[in-house]
Amino acid sequence: MPEVVIQTENLTKRFGDFTAVDEITFEVFKGEIFGFLGANGAGKTTAMRMLTGLSNPTSGKATVAGFDVYKQPENIKKNIGYMSQKFSLYEDLTVMENLQFFGGIYGLSDNQIKQNSEALIQELSLQNQAKKLVADLPLGWKQKLAFSVAIFHNPKIVFLDEPTGGVDPSARRQVWDLIYAAADKGITVFVTTHYMDEAEYCNRISIMVDGKIAALDAPGNLKKQFSTHSMDDVFYQLARGATRNE
Amino acid sequence: MRTLKILLQKEFRQIFRNKIILGITMVMPVMQFIILPLAANFEIKNINLVVVDHDHSVDSRKLLSDITSSGYFRLIDYDNTFDEAYKYIERDKADVILEIPADFERNLVREGSQKIFIAFNAINGTKAGLGASYLGTIASNYNKNILIGLMPSIKNENKAGIDVVPLDWFNPQRNYKLSLIPGILGMLVTLVGGFLTALNIVKEKEIGTIEQINVSPIRKKDFILAKLIPFWILATVIFTIGLILSYFLYHIVPRGNLLILYAFVAVYLLAILGFGLLVSTYCDTQQQAMFIMFFFMLIFILLGGLFTPIESMPLWARAITKLNPVAYFINVIRMVMLKGSSFKDILPELGAVSIMAVVLNVWAGLNYKKKM
Repeated sequence: MPEVVIQTENLTKRFGDFTAVDEITFEVFKGEIFGFLGANGAGKTTAMRMLTGLSNPTSGKATVAGFDVYKQPENIKKNIGYMSQKFSLYEDLTVMENLQFFGGIYGLSDNQIKQNSEALIQELSLQNQAKKLVADLPLGWKQKLAFSVAIFHNPKIVFLDEPTGGVDPSARRQVWDLIYAAADKGITVFVTTHYMDEAEYCNRISIMVDGKIAALDAPGNLKKQFSTHSMDDVFYQLARGATRNE
Repeated sequence: MRTLKILLQKEFRQIFRNKIILGITMVMPVMQFIILPLAANFEIKNINLVVVDHDHSVDSRKLLSDITSSGYFRLIDYDNTFDEAYKYIERDKADVILEIPADFERNLVREGSQKIFIAFNAINGTKAGLGASYLGTIASNYNKNILIGLMPSIKNENKAGIDVVPLDWFNPQRNYKLSLIPGILGMLVTLVGGFLTALNIVKEKEIGTIEQINVSPIRKKDFILAKLIPFWILATVIFTIGLILSYFLYHIVPRGNLLILYAFVAVYLLAILGFGLLVSTYCDTQQQAMFIMFFFMLIFILLGGLFTPIESMPLWARAITKLNPVAYFINVIRMVMLKGSSFKDILPELGAVSIMAVVLNVWAGLNYKKKM
């Protein structure tokens, strides 16, 4: 039995009358790439915000990296990385300065920061860009850098909220190469996406409809279950039943 | 400690990289110090005067020459009737009409008294008020001279009546610059401290980087301190530039102890920065923060006692100024710079500002949430 790193039980978030996330229950295992799919407004981001300690659940239980989301959010924060939908590195700092900053606030020593950044800059071939402001990098580079910053402190779990939104196909491919490399190192990846081809890269995926988890399995099994050959079809069949307007 | 150091390093890098903001914060005090005291002159000059002289006597002409030679008045016209003169007021060409009645000289000699009539264009209240008091002073001086001329004997006698001799302490030349400059210092420090702090934090919300901070293990306390310290230092630097400029440009030397001045500024800045921080916790965009700060700053500065004395405000307005940090600042700066007040003298103000600093920062701290 693989180690469970994220576990939720009837996790719910209500905003007034509106139930954004409705009693979701699932488990994520160590080292897997877990795809979190759903139409816009299905509740993906809200669920992710509860798991990362950005938002308090209304009811239900959840543990992340072994810590309770209600009682130990600060412990969770030490063990996770997060890449938000909005690009959120400091554009008025250089690549190196961003690495120093984010490494530093997660408690890496100056030496570690130096070693890690050298390795990272090598890996992303950013040698000529290291001293440039992040604002001057093309979007594809920015996303790769943002992902690398999210796992810079070597967290147990990394949460990615649409990491490839608005990025060209070749840069998307490169971001996914980085995601695979991280998973190989044992980092659990929790990723939301709208691209069905990306869903195929995941070990297991869940599809949210109207705040509930409508399906959860390996992509191959889901295709079998819905007797189709494409993930697109699986998604259409499920999302068609959605009543929630965007 | 290390987290704080890293946060501060980042803040300073960003501040020094934003050349426009940095430039403005440095140029602003210089411009304000050069331009404001020269332009925002509290002395009124060039009061436009129209004279209606029905008397045409030696004495009336002498009074007029006293008035025009005072340097405060500019004679626009010399009319025969009040109605003609009034047209100047209607067209806004004149501020004052001085009407000298026909029997001016005769009554003055015979009865020892004579009334003159002054009409003011009160659209510009300050100009009208000051003009009236200048005219009054000139006329009363003229009176005395007349009396002495008519009855030389009273020169040696003990004149009945009370002669008020004003003696302006602490600012003997009544140099308005002396009282304006502490106010400009206060405005500068308040603007830099309050606005920049509020905008800086809201900017992180707007571009989304605050989320990256909120999912990290950074403690609220460290984040807030890292936002306050840079602007605390920046505002103190600007205060120092202001003091140096006021010395070189206007030869103003603080009479009191500089340490007392800086101790007060340090605490005052905590209150202002706390205020900026508090505003930022309630705003999601820089636009909102800007408008809210502007709203409060206008009230703080207008009710701060810089342009109009607090003592002459209505009771309810004076009650408001008890909550106005800028009022305490201007008061203390004037006390220490002009009067040389000691630490003990400013204790009440220091106490009030300390309470504000604590309340505002605690409130802001409680209201700043890492969660949404």
